[in-house]
Amino acid sequence: MLEQSPKLIHAFGALAELGQEVANKNNFQETIRTSLHLLSGALGIMRGGVARYSRYARELNMLAVRGLGDDFPLSLSVCVEDERQFLTNGLNAIDAHAARVLPFFQVYATSFERRRIELFVPLIIRDEIVGGLFLGEKATGEAYSSYEKEIICAMGRHIGVAISQRNLLAEIERHSEENRKLFDDLRRTYADTVKAFATAIDCKDKYTEGHSVRVGKYSELIATELEWSPEQIEGAATAGYLHDVGKLTVERKIINAPYRINAKESAELNKHPVVGFEILQAIHHPFTDVPLAAKYHHERLDGRGYPDGLYDREIPYIAKVVNLADSFDAMTTDRPYKARRPAIDVVDDLRRNAGKQFAPELVVAFLRGVLRELKSETKDRRFRRLLGREYMEAEGLRPAISHALNELEPTTTLTYIADQTN
Amino acid sequence: MTENLSFDTAPAVESASRPTTTVVVAGDYLNKLTGEKIERECKDKIDAGAREIVVDFSQTDIINSIGISILLGVIDNAQMAGAKVVFADLKPESAELFDMLGLTKHVTIQ
Repeated sequence: MLEQSPKLIHAFGALAELGQEVANKNNFQETIRTSLHLLSGALGIMRGGVARYSRYARELNMLAVRGLGDDFPLSLSVCVEDERQFLTNGLNAIDAHAARVLPFFQVYATSFERRRIELFVPLIIRDEIVGGLFLGEKATGEAYSSYEKEIICAMGRHIGVAISQRNLLAEIERHSEENRKLFDDLRRTYADTVKAFATAIDCKDKYTEGHSVRVGKYSELIATELEWSPEQIEGAATAGYLHDVGKLTVERKIINAPYRINAKESAELNKHPVVGFEILQAIHHPFTDVPLAAKYHHERLDGRGYPDGLYDREIPYIAKVVNLADSFDAMTTDRPYKARRPAIDVVDDLRRNAGKQFAPELVVAFLRGVLRELKSETKDRRFRRLLGREYMEAEGLRPAISHALNELEPTTTLTYIADQTN
Repeated sequence: MTENLSFDTAPAVESASRPTTTVVVAGDYLNKLTGEKIERECKDKIDAGAREIVVDFSQTDIINSIGISILLGVIDNAQMAGAKVVFADLKPESAELFDMLGLTKHVTIQ
């Protein structure tokens, strides 16, 4: 054993390098190629190859080869019997000549003999074949000793782990991709369902056709102006689309009344936020605030809203967004008893009611969005599409918005600071 | 006739050639980077008709397992093409290592 010491030291050096190579985050193909070099160089092996096993195709596919020539198969089939024997054998070197009883060594006997493959090592990690080592003759021309086979197996274990890790990573990536697709499908289905609901709600009210869809779009615009995340923007849109779902239970004659409704009818109509909350609460939404938006979209900062008469910070933020979108649409669309108001009046109303009904910073964000579109600072023409070109190009609208913004922007900063301290 | 060749990284490898003999000078550390350059160079020369590859180890102090593997590749490739490999100016430690791993059985030592 003493005379073998330099060989052992050399081999252990290679083993240490191999461990480092496998642990490093290198390119997988490069790791395998380097591993084969280290194995060959550790013991002076003239030629060989490293293959990855595909258990679905029952094939050993070469990842790296050294000196095997162009005629050596790059993909080798493994039958059930071979697989069973390899698993029984474990991660141990198999003498290719002595193993001729197995179909694998019979089928590829010619290739193995031509390239003088002496050993095959099935790479078995956690009771699974992950690959195989094909090793040719040693440069010394001597047979492999038992300790050399041990070294080969130790190095093979490292290579097997590298392949196994790569397989696991590929599996995780595949599952992750599948999950992403499923998630996207679910999100699409949810979004389609929400829009279908919005259309169903709007169908009930012939005078405010498209109201829920528009409130969804305005809520989305406000959230975009506030630079919310894509998920939050989608949540705001959904909350807008579904805010009036409770109206599905209100009698059609009340909703469609071509006159100002009386107190009794008004009480009936005013139940829709709570009813909407109850309907939406039963559904598992990807966005948690959707039922709250339905329940509190008629609350006002000054506490004069309904159903609970909440004040400013008691009102969920998403409900404030939907409230602004809802009110804006109510003011800018024709109702059975009232024509829509001129754009300048609407801007003035928003300005005057900022801090009373509407959160000032939301009014600012909303008006800033309108102004940017009017100034053509954005390619989007979303407000024009929703309100009509003529309405948006009303004379004096731009100065009115600028005036409102000048007045409101300092206030919103103060409100924001006040929010942070409470 | 001597042809000097240069590489794009540190001058670990240099080579010169006569019509049938190629002299490849290994750098001070024969590893994957420098070894693969030698291997590529030798293959190109053999493909171009060289029948003798002389690897000059006069500057080589360290050879790792990857370097050994690459030299085995050079030997194998030369043998397949019927070319001869010569290892020149080996340091005693390198000679010992090559002898231990059987490389010296396939090359001429100068």
